[in-house]
Amino acid sequence: MATSDVKLLGAWPSPFALRVHIALNIKSIDYECLEENLLAKSQLLLQSNPVHKKVPVLIHHDKPICESLAIVQYIDEAWSSAPSILPSDPYDRAVARFWAAYIDDKWFPWLNGVANAQGAEAKKAALDQVREGLVVLEEAFGKCSKGKDFFSGDRIGYVDIALGCFLGWVYVAEKRNDVKLLVEDKMPGLAAWANKFCEDGTVKDVMPDKDELLEFANMILEARAKLNASSNN
Amino acid sequence: MTSGAVLQEEQVKLLGSWYSPFVKRVEWALKFKGIEYEYVEEDLINKSSLLLTSNPVYKKVPVLLHNGNPIAQTLVIIEYIDETWKHNPILPQDPHERAKARFWADFIEVKLTDVVRTALITQGEQQEKAVKEAKEAMEVLEGEAAKLKGERVFFGGNNGIGYVDIVLGLMCGWVEVIEEVGGFKLLDPQKQPHIHKWVANFVELPLIKPTLLPKEKLMIHFQMIRQACLALVARK
Repeated sequence: MATSDVKLLGAWPSPFALRVHIALNIKSIDYECLEENLLAKSQLLLQSNPVHKKVPVLIHHDKPICESLAIVQYIDEAWSSAPSILPSDPYDRAVARFWAAYIDDKWFPWLNGVANAQGAEAKKAALDQVREGLVVLEEAFGKCSKGKDFFSGDRIGYVDIALGCFLGWVYVAEKRNDVKLLVEDKMPGLAAWANKFCEDGTVKDVMPDKDELLEFANMILEARAKLNASSNN
Repeated sequence: MTSGAVLQEEQVKLLGSWYSPFVKRVEWALKFKGIEYEYVEEDLINKSSLLLTSNPVYKKVPVLLHNGNPIAQTLVIIEYIDETWKHNPILPQDPHERAKARFWADFIEVKLTDVVRTALITQGEQQEKAVKEAKEAMEVLEGEAAKLKGERVFFGGNNGIGYVDIVLGLMCGWVEVIEEVGGFKLLDPQKQPHIHKWVANFVELPLIKPTLLPKEKLMIHFQMIRQACLALVARK
């Protein structure tokens, strides 16, 4: 397949775009990566995702696919040869989709909520909630992995991708708030999983550097704070 | 009703509540496939131990139990049904079309369903914001519905309903009731002629029509939900 057949519109800090990078790597697909400037979105992005105007967008044979988990499932279905990203059994697939939905609908908004929390009490509550979510995911990891390295077993799969893409941002939240979220004695499974995930061949080269992400986050959050301060005057 | 490919030993149970559009979607999916199932009405104030053990994360309906194995979350359940019973497909076969169907299902859930729920249980500025977001979502959906031309009256292919139609089905009856209870307007046949036409066609389907609930019954129930939620906020 020609390289230009598969294009990914992404942005290096985006955990959602990272999901797609990993999925493409799992399938060893050659692709062209187009880095979007989210403050000056390209015509291609606006045309390809007119509804949300967001990354990631996968363009395959000139047809756009939007929404990171829809894209990951598309990749699994369009390139159906091994290795597969979702399990083959319908029940196992349902369990995987359930946890991916939990991560997107519940856990990620909590992680996002940490940056938005105003004041020490709200921050602590937000951080506690993220940790509670990780405890739930620790239990899920135990059940899904059945003693193996990843949620999907021996290799990275759907839930690994869905959660692992946020590890850089977990690090950011930990550093910015001087706390530990992925606490080894409370979440031993996830702590070990996180290291293996980041070291995996499909992830290593596409995951953004954690300290660069921290610098980026600091910059954005400081800019936002200044904006809020000036609009409150 | 014949049960298609369901073997005699298979047990399909649906934990639901009569007023829930989420549960209704699962029922539509099961009926679409001709799957026989046992329906169990859950008392959401006194949740059964079956519900609590089957869906410990959310403790909500719908939950599908297939041979004792629980599946929760409406869209996850519908995809499970589609992949387990392969006749009468709900999602399209082509991967790109499937991705589009999943995109729109997610859009409806996040941009419409969630904000309509917020509009039901809030007032003042919070409600206004939710209604504004719901109206924006309706505009986008109207644009998609306008693309349905000629023989194609539903989002599912081959002149039949599919995944997006089942997910959008909460427009039929529930949104109207929530509008009245919440005191806002969302559906407008003038502004959304294509959605209006989609609803009119959907509710007439032999599969759907008998499942729709009387408006008055839904009104009483959602009025109760709104009052309870507003009272809870007032107490804080």
